[in-house]
Amino acid sequence: MRFRPANLVIKDVIRETASVSTIRFDRSLDPTPGQYIMVWVRGVDEIPMSFSAPDSITVHAVGDATRALCALRPGESVGSRGPLGNGFRLIGENILLIGGGVGVAPLAFLGEDAKARGIDVTSLIGFRCREDIIFLDRFRRLGDVILTTDDGSAGIKGRASAGLSEIDPEDYNQIYLCGPEMMMIDIIRRWREDASRIQASINRYFKCAVGICGSCCLDPEGIRVCVEGPVITGDRLLESEFGRYRRGPSGMRESCY
Amino acid sequence: MSSLSGDVGGLRLKNPLMLAAGILGTTGASMRRVALAGAGAVVTKSIGAEPRDGHHGPTVVRLGVGLINAMGLPNPSYRAFQEEIDTARGGGVPVVASIFGSSPEEFAEVASALDADGFELNLSCPHAKGYGMEIGCDPGNVEEITRAVKRAVSVPVWVKLTPNVTDIRVLGLAAQRGGADAVVAINTLKAMAIDVESGYPILGNVIGGLSGPAIKPVALRCVYELSGALEIPVIGVGGVSCWQDAVEMIMAGAAGVQIGTALMGGLEVIGDITNGISRFLERKGWSLEDIRGIARRLG
Ligand SMILES: Cc1cc2nc3c(=O)[nH]c(=O)nc-3n(C[C@H](O)[C@H](O)[C@H](O)COP(=O)(O)OP(=O)(O)OC[C@H]3O[C@@H](n4cnc5c(N)ncnc54)[C@H](O)[C@@H]3O)c2cc1C
Ligand SMILES: Cc1cc2nc3c(=O)[nH]c(=O)nc-3n(C[C@H](O)[C@H](O)[C@H](O)COP(=O)(O)O)c2cc1C
Ligand code: FES
Repeated sequence: MRFRPANLVIKDVIRETASVSTIRFDRSLDPTPGQYIMVWVRGVDEIPMSFSAPDSITVHAVGDATRALCALRPGESVGSRGPLGNGFRLIGENILLIGGGVGVAPLAFLGEDAKARGIDVTSLIGFRCREDIIFLDRFRRLGDVILTTDDGSAGIKGRASAGLSEIDPEDYNQIYLCGPEMMMIDIIRRWREDASRIQASINRYFKCAVGICGSCCLDPEGIRVCVEGPVITGDRLLESEFGRYRRGPSGMRESCY
Repeated sequence: MSSLSGDVGGLRLKNPLMLAAGILGTTGASMRRVALAGAGAVVTKSIGAEPRDGHHGPTVVRLGVGLINAMGLPNPSYRAFQEEIDTARGGGVPVVASIFGSSPEEFAEVASALDADGFELNLSCPHAKGYGMEIGCDPGNVEEITRAVKRAVSVPVWVKLTPNVTDIRVLGLAAQRGGADAVVAINTLKAMAIDVESGYPILGNVIGGLSGPAIKPVALRCVYELSGALEIPVIGVGGVSCWQDAVEMIMAGAAGVQIGTALMGGLEVIGDITNGISRFLERKGWSLEDIRGIARRLG
């Protein structure tokens, strides 16, 4: 029984920006922040999505399945497997969240969980432009927020890393990342000394999500990101393919930009 | 400790437990990791002549008794795979390349382009149009393809058979006539699952292949039948998840044993099985040779 796809009825679809929507289900799945579900859009595909809250995912429409997902309406449903993966580990009294684009979604969930446990939360979030900003209010409710946009239409002008000059990593027990791969590896390399205190939620091509097909494995250790991740510490990522290349659906190496 | 080393289908292995094709076999690093976890050899993901992305998801359905998969032979083609084989060799055990094609010529093209310690011909995948069991159900094809690859390479060639036929021995005999060094049995059993909430077949490809504990009795019967009919060695695969399962395969006549779906529970199962076999042989005062095919002699 528990192996069948769970049917999740959609309660709400909230349009956050032109291409990002939050899909709220009719019940909480009780995930740990950083965990994901395999969402099955029937007749289309099954894809990994991080939780943006215990009962929601936040989807950037980039292809067939994500577009189909964003087009669903309240009352319709999807199949799902999960929660899956390891999730973030909360460590210490004072944490820093750094997110870019739709990658801020699991961090908002993490921050709310941390704050409820009495942990101090600081956030650095970056977007391409003012129109792309999501969850700014959620982050402001958590604590200090540094905002960046690539075009300078809101906050500091530049990539999320442009906001790093305002931050001393030594001030935080733990640092959590989620966003574009080059943003994350850039930060991990700059803060190399602190890499073991960085937890990054990373993206690889998932097929089985049960740790046997090999699609998501990370060189050179062969870490199965779908079951041993998607949250991996910075020191392990520094030694890996992360930021250099990734593999596509066929297993062919491709650029990670 | 009882020695587990020996010759399996033309390869000298430190133990008879191997990684099955298509399981953590896409990257050299993951195969090396399985080798370092104690496997006697590793078999790669099935590799073909052109890159394939594979089927849409869901690609797997988990059941209490096993798994149904329809990956659809995703692979980057042999042109992009030598590097992965070379990395896998860092695990210190033989690396067998699983290959597929749609004709004897295509099989020979892929095999001659790859440097591996052996080849396993996938004539048995149940969910890829024009490949696998679609051609591997015909004994004439099996013989011809085996012969073509034997001509193209100088390392051992194993033929992986489908159980989705009336008499698997007919396919085994065809592989033997073609010059195979061993047969591998079995690939997955054709299967499907339906989502009762919507009526949709769950797999993106609708039909997939069943693996795991549910198919072990079928695999065991196939190994038993094949080892009685063939001169060449039989390698057993299907549902092995503990040392007793592996011992059963060997007692049915298997020269080697492969493991796939059980790795879902973690890589430690490899060491658990090889240690379990050693301890068992020691307790009984038997060698691998003593038990190989014992069930054939007794029943
Ligand atoms: C653990 C994890 C969590 C994720 N969380 C989110 C999230 O919260 N919000 C969000 O918008 N996106 C998230 N993604 C990315 C999302 O899964 C892909 O954007 C989605 O699969 C694209 O599918 P598509 O059919 O719309 O696009 P396609 O047309 O298939 O491809 C568009 C792009 O997405 C990549 N992609 C496609 N399928 C997969 C897959 N199965 N696994 C990984 N990448 C894929 C492709 O390589 C390509 O670059 C997450 C990915 C992972 C691995
Ligand atoms: C996810 C998955 C992918 C597979 N891919 C291949 C493949 O590429 N080539 C092949 O010959 N067999 C493939 N198989 C079949 C296995 O090698 C094996 O024959 C089968 O799963 C039975 O063994 P098991 O029960 O130990 O998994 C695959 C099986 C699974 C579960
Ligand atoms: S997606 Fe199959 S092993 Fe991770």
